[in-house]
Amino acid sequence: MSQEMLTVLETKKRGKPALPKGVDDDLVRRMYRLMLTTRLMDDRAMRLQRQGRIGFYVPSIGQEACAVGSAAVMTDEDWCFPSYREPGAALTLGADLQAIVHEWYGNAADNTKGRQMPVHYSFKAQRFVSISSPIGTQIVQGAGAAMAMKIRGKKAFSITYFGDGATSSNDFHTGLNFAAVYKSPCIFFCSNNQWAISCPLSQQTASESIAVKAQAYGMPGVRVDGNDVLAVYQATSEAAERARAGEGPTLIEGLTFRIGPHSSSDDPTRYRPSEQLEEWQAKDPIARLEAFMKKAGLWEDAFGEPLVEEINASIAEAVKVAEETAMPASATLFDDVYADLPAHLAEQRDRLLQQEKTAGAAEMDADAAFPL
Amino acid sequence: MPTLTLLQAVNSALMDEMAEDENVVVLGEDVGLNGGVFRATEGLQAKYGENRCFDTPLAESGIIGTAVGMAVYGLRPVPEIQFSDFIYPAFDQIVSEAAKMRYRSGGEFTCPMVIRTPSGGGIRGGHYHSQSPEAYFAHTPGLKVVMPATPYDAKGLLISAIRDDDPVLFFEPKRIYRSIKQDVPEGAYEVPIGKARVAREGTDCTVVTWGAMVETCEKAAKQAEEKGISMEIIDLRSLVPLDEEAFLESVRKTGRCVVASEAPRICGFASEVAAIVSEKAIESLEAPVLRVTGFDTPFPYSLEHVYMPDAKRVLAAVEHAVNF
Repeated sequence: MSQEMLTVLETKKRGKPALPKGVDDDLVRRMYRLMLTTRLMDDRAMRLQRQGRIGFYVPSIGQEACAVGSAAVMTDEDWCFPSYREPGAALTLGADLQAIVHEWYGNAADNTKGRQMPVHYSFKAQRFVSISSPIGTQIVQGAGAAMAMKIRGKKAFSITYFGDGATSSNDFHTGLNFAAVYKSPCIFFCSNNQWAISCPLSQQTASESIAVKAQAYGMPGVRVDGNDVLAVYQATSEAAERARAGEGPTLIEGLTFRIGPHSSSDDPTRYRPSEQLEEWQAKDPIARLEAFMKKAGLWEDAFGEPLVEEINASIAEAVKVAEETAMPASATLFDDVYADLPAHLAEQRDRLLQQEKTAGAAEMDADAAFPL
Repeated sequence: MPTLTLLQAVNSALMDEMAEDENVVVLGEDVGLNGGVFRATEGLQAKYGENRCFDTPLAESGIIGTAVGMAVYGLRPVPEIQFSDFIYPAFDQIVSEAAKMRYRSGGEFTCPMVIRTPSGGGIRGGHYHSQSPEAYFAHTPGLKVVMPATPYDAKGLLISAIRDDDPVLFFEPKRIYRSIKQDVPEGAYEVPIGKARVAREGTDCTVVTWGAMVETCEKAAKQAEEKGISMEIIDLRSLVPLDEEAFLESVRKTGRCVVASEAPRICGFASEVAAIVSEKAIESLEAPVLRVTGFDTPFPYSLEHVYMPDAKRVLAAVEHAVNF
């Protein structure tokens, strides 16, 4: 199998570079803005975490092109089964910045009602399915949703995101196998950021690439420059066409790099060589798109500092609103376990509320910090 | 009204609900052309096509994981796990995903699905075809856990489970798949989830049980009657949600409680029932709450009949309670 890697942004040709099919100037500008917003959200959230204002965070710095370029292909019929490193996809699909920030705080306005750690988003209106922490479970679910689309005769696809670490999980094997057997319209998008917390890719697989694994499942495997948003868009768009045409699933490997830590609790200087970090910092997906836009005549001065300031201002406003919002009420603990509240939960809730009246509410341990 | 076995009643429920709701799909190992190894899905593929009833690759995590994706998308999948002993590869998808989807998404996404699986011993199936794993699932908030003991209940409960908006573990007591026959109405009807049934009325000792153990306890009740002891049997039908009032009311009347289950004792569901009786009916008790269960050993092959609680063991516990 070919180990070629699709790249679009840098071309040796002179003159205005060509855009992939389906991409116009406005989309390029929009993707730039989305990638920048994702980056600035990460910057802000990591600082909020360091200041003790939110409990935890997972940055996706350096990987914005994978999430944005692929999600930009989706229409209202398509569904997304993300991991926790695709906030860029949520933004691309139209998730509200304020809703994202409420989720960091787990407050009463958080649409997931403070039920999960920060970054475990759920956006039903955007068909962005609730994220869990286990690294591969969504792969099989994405395959299942694609089977459902096929059963209903929809010309749509599901896209499931995961990292290189998840390719070691049984869910990776199972998801790809089911999707291929049923020829279901599923795109498996691996953001290969080369590190699973402290373990490099060589600890996950002895395979020469992730994309090559597709061959054994009987589906195409494509390797794409994951820091090249146009290449990501093109590869995903081709996979989407195959899916909609009933030709089955595709595995896409976006080769990228996790510039930041695994999470706010991780210190990558303990295990990762600084030369590798520097090498990849030089391939920053946002800087590369900026250079392309300048060459293509798509850049405007307003995309520089003014845009950064505008986005930062809206994040700051969202943070302010979130911090002024109360935490969820104790009684909400018992909602949404089932469609209807069963008797045993009603009993537990009533007892808790009674106890709060007589003995006061339970107190949060201000020093509790997540270690991983 | 046709007289059906429990297995035929399951098939009848699937037939009716697939006709009723085109979102209902059946998937699993050998459920298609072959109609399932026990024949519970016989005829479904012929009637509803390969899009509605289909075989899967041999991977339980894949059967349940894809069903979760289908349910989140809007279908009502009814996956079959061929034997409940094979359910463990799917445990993560059941307890981490299906059970938590509604809660973790703040109610945005739901996972209406029914995991059908034959369970329990007494078929000479050895360790890997005989276990009773219901407690693992009853311990997980977000799941409903159901086990019928009669053909009538099997059909009505399965239909209720398919119409339920939450994930349901539907354990089918395979030892009595074909041994009990009962009049079962044609067409769809519901037996509500979360309502227990008085399987036998009595005055001296309450026996709380579920699944195939209901039949065992009925045998014990006949033997008890000969000794002048009147046993009341409560068939739970649903473990989650649990109809506490049904057995508490019975215990308040009889003053004694035995809980009978095939599963191992430690942390089994029998212990949960015993704890509730102790917490809420202590003033009525004239004897300790006793558990009759499988032993805390792996499920054996040759000594299966020794392992499984039989009528003698149930009767011994009842006599102990009555003579306490």
